Amino acid sequence: MSEAVARPAAAFQGLRTWWTMLAISLEERLVYRGDFALGTLMRFLPIVTQVFLWTAVFSATSRGEIAGYTRNDVIAYFLLTMLTRAFSSMPGLATGIARSVRDGSVKKFLIQPVDYVSFLLAARVAHKLVYYAVAALPFALVFFLCRGFFPPLPDVPTIAAFLLSLVLSFLLGFFMEATLGMLGFWFMEVSSIVFGYMLVQYLLSGHMFPIDLLRTVPVGIGGMTLADVVHWLPFEYTAYFSAAIWLGKVRGTDLVASLAIEAGWVVAMAIACRVAWWRGTRRYSAFGG
Amino acid sequence: MVFPYTRPMHNSVSGSATAVKDPVICVERLAKHYRVYDKPEGLAASVRSLFHRTSRVVEAVKGVDLEVGRGEFVALLGPNGAGKTTLLKLLSGIVTPSRGTARVLGHVPWERADDFRRRFALVMGQRNQLWWDLPAAESFRLHQEIYRIEPSRFEKIRDELVDLLGVRRLMLQPVRELSLGERMKLELVAALLHEPEVLFLDEPTIGLDVVAQHTIHEFLRDVQQRRRMTVILTTHYMKDVAALCERVVVITRGDVLYDGSLAEIVDRFTTHKIVTLDFDEAPDRSLIERFGFPCEFHGPQVVLRIDRSRIADVLPEVLASAGVRDVSVEDVPLEQIVAELFRADAREAAASMEAAS
Repeated sequence: MSEAVARPAAAFQGLRTWWTMLAISLEERLVYRGDFALGTLMRFLPIVTQVFLWTAVFSATSRGEIAGYTRNDVIAYFLLTMLTRAFSSMPGLATGIARSVRDGSVKKFLIQPVDYVSFLLAARVAHKLVYYAVAALPFALVFFLCRGFFPPLPDVPTIAAFLLSLVLSFLLGFFMEATLGMLGFWFMEVSSIVFGYMLVQYLLSGHMFPIDLLRTVPVGIGGMTLADVVHWLPFEYTAYFSAAIWLGKVRGTDLVASLAIEAGWVVAMAIACRVAWWRGTRRYSAFGG
Repeated sequence: MVFPYTRPMHNSVSGSATAVKDPVICVERLAKHYRVYDKPEGLAASVRSLFHRTSRVVEAVKGVDLEVGRGEFVALLGPNGAGKTTLLKLLSGIVTPSRGTARVLGHVPWERADDFRRRFALVMGQRNQLWWDLPAAESFRLHQEIYRIEPSRFEKIRDELVDLLGVRRLMLQPVRELSLGERMKLELVAALLHEPEVLFLDEPTIGLDVVAQHTIHEFLRDVQQRRRMTVILTTHYMKDVAALCERVVVITRGDVLYDGSLAEIVDRFTTHKIVTLDFDEAPDRSLIERFGFPCEFHGPQVVLRIDRSRIADVLPEVLASAGVRDVSVEDVPLEQIVAELFRADAREAAASMEAAS
């Protein structure tokens, strides 16, 4: 009886602790609001080069569309991936975790009754909230100015799926990078691993080009294309997927299945992150802290 | 053997001789060794070490037995690299041991149960648990949540602690703007908010000025006594020890060399007293030297080291020397006693290594 009462109470306590961590992380982020504002503006620069690049590509070819994308589609696509990446990218997360292992500040989380992964998640949510607060206006302005490139608004279920995919892409990005950072328990320096990850991520997430371009690349196994392989990997869900939903490239059962794959990756990476933390701290403790 | 009586003492720690009342920390044959890789000098050697690394095992803690009762204030002394910090890491659960057992508040520390972690605190001299860019008050609030401290109780304790240390005003200032001493005080407040039953302090006064040290001593003594908190402190400052601890555990090379009261350490390891004589003018050296004790002459001042066993006999005679204006008799400073203890142990280690080779 008392246990049944205690459990929701404990869950509530956990939530409150998490909320306080979030609030304090928010305050901390606000200390650096100037840096944030600048960083936000910088994000818009690459998109300008993308627009020029693809305009040039389209004017060089006589075809009206490439891999199912018109010129307008491509520009809309890159604007949308920019939005997705605002959810899924985790600047400094992996290297931050590795640093805390190297300089010993991770000890705090061994001594205090607080979970490091939850703490990191709270801090990252705070980080993102501040970022959105700063970035909302410039984002809105850019999307307004570029409204001509977009197809008409999709229907409500599609928008709902789009929003869900954004939330999942945040979690996926978080757990992938956090797991990478936990490798810091085994390697002194993870920046080259992170660099390798970024590279793969850049190519396979759809950040550089729509994944549909890979549909023409066979892999030689039962008529599968590279796009089919990438579809089963986590990367495209951090950029390509949400944009593709909005542009109507993924629909119906295909959409549901893809969301399921994404959710599956989130769960898998959350488990991987947890296991890496357990094993990592065990190693750290054995090695001498 | 320089201190023949220390070994039997060590061996009998787990016996009844040192049994403490209401033990909160019980450590038996606790050992921690780890492998370190030798990194030879030079580029060629660095390249070779890519393929073949030589390693050796370092025994940071070799088999420590220790029992600490509730409300004890214990100083853990030892030269750098003696294993003090490793022992504290073992007791606070950061490190898992290679051998042996430990129980702190009935828990195995390295299992890191939340129930255990809510009941102790560890303060490491230069590491901060406070958020660098925020006022300490925010970190305190986070601790309130992490440690589940009731709001009214939290405020009462926080106010009490910051007032004792005189840092109420500072807790609203970003931590990065504070001085080392101010930060340390706020670190202590953060560590004590949840009223830990056991507190581990790793060099809490390192790098602090005399006034700050003194404030921290007063504070620790006060809080420790009122809460009947069990405290283990490592330090290199004998002032800390003299001000706070009744019990002293000396560890060298991962082993307990001495475990007993502070008074006893002074008693056992001081063989002589320091007698300072002030004359009207520089005295005749032969007059002093005839007593046969080591002496130093500083103009009209003479410092003698006189055997404790003979001081009562010799002192009247010394004082009878013509022209003595003032006299003081002091114990050898604690620093010197401890330094001598460490040195003697190092000599012994060197001797045994030579004998072995």
